Amino acid sequence: MTKEYKTITEISGPLMFLEKTEPVGYGELVHINLPDGTTKRGQVLDTSADVVAVQVFEGTGGLNEESGVVFSGETIKLPVSKDMLGRILSGSGEPLDGGPRIVPEDRVDVNGASMNPYSRMPPEDFIQTGISTIDGTNTLVRGQKLPIFSGSGLPHNEIALQIARQAKVPGSEEPFAVVFAAMGITNEEAQYFMEDFEKTGALERAVVFLNLADDPAVERIITPRMALTAAEYLAYEHDMHVLVILTDITNYCEALRQMGAAREEVPGRRGYPGYMYTDLASLYERAGVIKGRKGSVTQFSILTMPGDDITHPIPDLSGYITEGQIVVSRELHMKGIYPPINVLPSLSRLMNSGIGDGKTRDDHKAVSDQMYAGYAEGRDLRGLVAIVGKEALSDRDQKILEFADLFEDRFVRQGRDEDRSIEDTLQVGWDILSELPEALLTRIDNKYIDKYHPAHKSN
Amino acid sequence: MKGEIYRVAGPVVTIMGIKPKMYDVVHVGHEGLMGEVIRIEGDKATVQVYEDTSGIKPGEPVVNTGMSLSVELGPGLLESIYDGIQRPLKVLQEKMGDFIDRGVTANGLDRERVWEFKPTVSSGDSVTGGQTIGVVQETENVEHKIMMPPTVSGTVEEIKSGKFKVDETVCVLTDGTEVSMMQKWPVRMPRPVEKKFIPRKPLITGQRILDGLFPVAKGGTAAIPGPFGSGKTVTQQQLAKWSDTDIVVYIGCGERGNEMADVLNEFPELQDPKTGRPLMERTVLIANTSNMPVAAREASVYTGITIAEYYRDMGYDVSLMADSSSRWAEAMREISSRLEEMPGEEGYPAYLSARLSEFYERAGAVKSLAAEEGSITVIGAVSPPGGDFSEPVTQNTLRIVKVFWALDAKLAQRRHFPSIDWLTSYSLYTQGLSDWFAENVAPDWVPLRDHAMDLLQQESELQEIVQLVGSDALPEDQQLVLEICRMLREYFLQQNAFHPVDTYCPFDKQYKLLKAISKYSDMAQASLEAGIPMKDILSIESKDELAKVKFEENFDDALNVVMEKMDKEFAALGGN
Repeated sequence: MTKEYKTITEISGPLMFLEKTEPVGYGELVHINLPDGTTKRGQVLDTSADVVAVQVFEGTGGLNEESGVVFSGETIKLPVSKDMLGRILSGSGEPLDGGPRIVPEDRVDVNGASMNPYSRMPPEDFIQTGISTIDGTNTLVRGQKLPIFSGSGLPHNEIALQIARQAKVPGSEEPFAVVFAAMGITNEEAQYFMEDFEKTGALERAVVFLNLADDPAVERIITPRMALTAAEYLAYEHDMHVLVILTDITNYCEALRQMGAAREEVPGRRGYPGYMYTDLASLYERAGVIKGRKGSVTQFSILTMPGDDITHPIPDLSGYITEGQIVVSRELHMKGIYPPINVLPSLSRLMNSGIGDGKTRDDHKAVSDQMYAGYAEGRDLRGLVAIVGKEALSDRDQKILEFADLFEDRFVRQGRDEDRSIEDTLQVGWDILSELPEALLTRIDNKYIDKYHPAHKSN
Repeated sequence: MKGEIYRVAGPVVTIMGIKPKMYDVVHVGHEGLMGEVIRIEGDKATVQVYEDTSGIKPGEPVVNTGMSLSVELGPGLLESIYDGIQRPLKVLQEKMGDFIDRGVTANGLDRERVWEFKPTVSSGDSVTGGQTIGVVQETENVEHKIMMPPTVSGTVEEIKSGKFKVDETVCVLTDGTEVSMMQKWPVRMPRPVEKKFIPRKPLITGQRILDGLFPVAKGGTAAIPGPFGSGKTVTQQQLAKWSDTDIVVYIGCGERGNEMADVLNEFPELQDPKTGRPLMERTVLIANTSNMPVAAREASVYTGITIAEYYRDMGYDVSLMADSSSRWAEAMREISSRLEEMPGEEGYPAYLSARLSEFYERAGAVKSLAAEEGSITVIGAVSPPGGDFSEPVTQNTLRIVKVFWALDAKLAQRRHFPSIDWLTSYSLYTQGLSDWFAENVAPDWVPLRDHAMDLLQQESELQEIVQLVGSDALPEDQQLVLEICRMLREYFLQQNAFHPVDTYCPFDKQYKLLKAISKYSDMAQASLEAGIPMKDILSIESKDELAKVKFEENFDDALNVVMEKMDKEFAALGGN
């Protein structure tokens, strides 16, 4: 299997084509020896008896017809081990931190297999992120995939870091790990992440895969798969609860489009390949909980919406696969509110199975519904105020308008290091709701008002 | 015949050396991955493979089964959970663990399970294709009819009785043909029927807005769009639970794994309200999540409808839910682009519209070859990207289906359930079903309903004025319209799926409720004309009491009490 071919006939963009090979497997890993002694790696994209097409991860720069090509005879595998925790690896799994190579306990195909829906457990364990707008109104549960829909210039990285630092299951001491995959982010951003990981000690329980903006785009297609393979290994073989942060999905999709164009495929919407839905699903769907196994994989991907457009194919297709989304708002950011999460277009589809008595608190849903309704109405009223002035509003409407301001100022706004427990979050909720006349709290059952409303609560 | 692989590019594999027919199933590679021939060019053929093709090499062997993609039909389908190509997920889990590996085959029907076969023909009888030759009690309440394969007929030489496995011979014809309880049928070919009827009977769902305003006929087609958080799941479950069909086929096509897990967990726990038995006993689930192979997703809707047709042929009313047809269309788009076909609108293949209509056309009320009357009602969910209904899948679906239930997230946010928008929904069966309604509900049901629809339409126009000038500025008769519409919305259209009584509303009760609202409307109108002030008419107590009667266990009595009170109150006002 170690036969070296020197039959490259064409090199075009990230692809190279070879002739007259022995039969080569689809998806096989390829080693390329350049005339200057360096080596590159690639993957078989199309194989036939006559010609083999290979995508080269490190880019085709320096490649010529003299280069030797060796087919490894196997698909791309990631050496995995529990010792990966604390390590920084490249986008294709090579150590970047100067440490030794990973001594593998196992080698796993990075494409992963799809989980049998029959083996899945519906996710229902509450994860506390310490951020009120997530815990309170868009609750994350173990095994969920919940992306952040953001825009350029917004503090999504800070939010992701804060979540990575603070995420925990209250009252549980089960082992917890973070797998972080950077796809095409800048060196500066990567440093920012690394610095924070090191400063807070989070690196010890993290595995980091870095594909930076100047690394080849093709490698980006493998990076998230490496990360998810590591995550699945830690979750299902070592019983850990793994939080996977993938940033930035938009760069990943751009790489996908670039590859599609290089392969001269028929493009779909906005030039993205027609299989983008399935491709994204093969990443996002690798979150979940399996019946009878202790670990879990939870995904928190970051996606920057081009032009803040939520109907763009990337957020749109993502939204159809993920279980909701956290939307970061430019408007709130401009107002100086951190974290600028707009709860109205945000959604956690699995929220209801993760909250309530015995999980968070019995009044959670009612409080969340009431705040949501009040804030939605308050924002509508702001539009009206712009036309007719505040004085023209009824007393009731003025109260609602004030509530919307309070909601942004006290519930949404919090410190970058402020780790609110779910009790704190609900307390803030009750504090601002108590500014509304009780008659307006129509979504909250009287028994919760008696139990939790600051005016009734007997201390 | 053996051939070999020429080229592998993702799920699309080119083979050579054999001469398959279009849509033949072939096994490719040493692992024998299952695929289907979708294009033939000279001595080469293109195959879409239902499993992951990583590591497969040119030169590996290919075996043609000579059969097109088929499902196994026979006792044991009910209570099953299948993937898109009828592999039982439970068996896959036993064979390869929690992750779906490849190259594993699993029979759609359990070969070991034994069924009690009772013949209904005797030797010497002549039998034709599709005729019933015996019965098997498949689950407690479903009698499974064993039918001749549609293409086989002859004279019975020997018929057995007793316990058999599905592939054992139960009947021998004089020409030597052996018939077992199991038959195979190619999924892409509709099963033949004697005759198709125009659907004339409504599918009774017990949901007031569906039965009352936008009925679907048994054998009809309906589409539901599923925007985020609009309560699609609850609506589908209510349909599965309450609609008066005998068999439910649910296809989860390209949806989320965690949501599918929810369905797989919840369905077995649902109880069939009519029999008290688990609903699964008359249900077949097909689950193909978005990360399972795309070709199998494409096949899943065909697998589902073929199973539905099989039960229809026994004379059952079947409802089939496809969730979501948009994902299915996307699978077609993906395969089409891999074949480098010329794309149509938004990259979808030019045959999208034809495939969608072929699929929905397999719904219908029929007389089967066994002379039984059965039906398939297809309810397809569509998920328009960005909520944009002008996209090709939604548009092509709406051109075919006869009923549109417009689930609306805004209504859901206002806590109006079921959140079906009465202004944008429609049903083209209202006319065709009016005879049935007149005969079986009440002669004046249709005019009553049309009047209600008319009022609701007026309300939406009036609301626009109200938003500008306030409701006090309206003339009194229009204020009355607004009040009647509020009653229609809150008393009639809103229905609580979780309330033990309100969750199902029989037609008789729907009629009486609507009639009661109409009666108030008439009396209020008369009083208004007699000069009674509006506020007196609005403050009638019995009107508000009417809101609660739908929750009463003893509906008729409760309604009578309220209506008698209403008569008295109006009489006290004078004018009536």
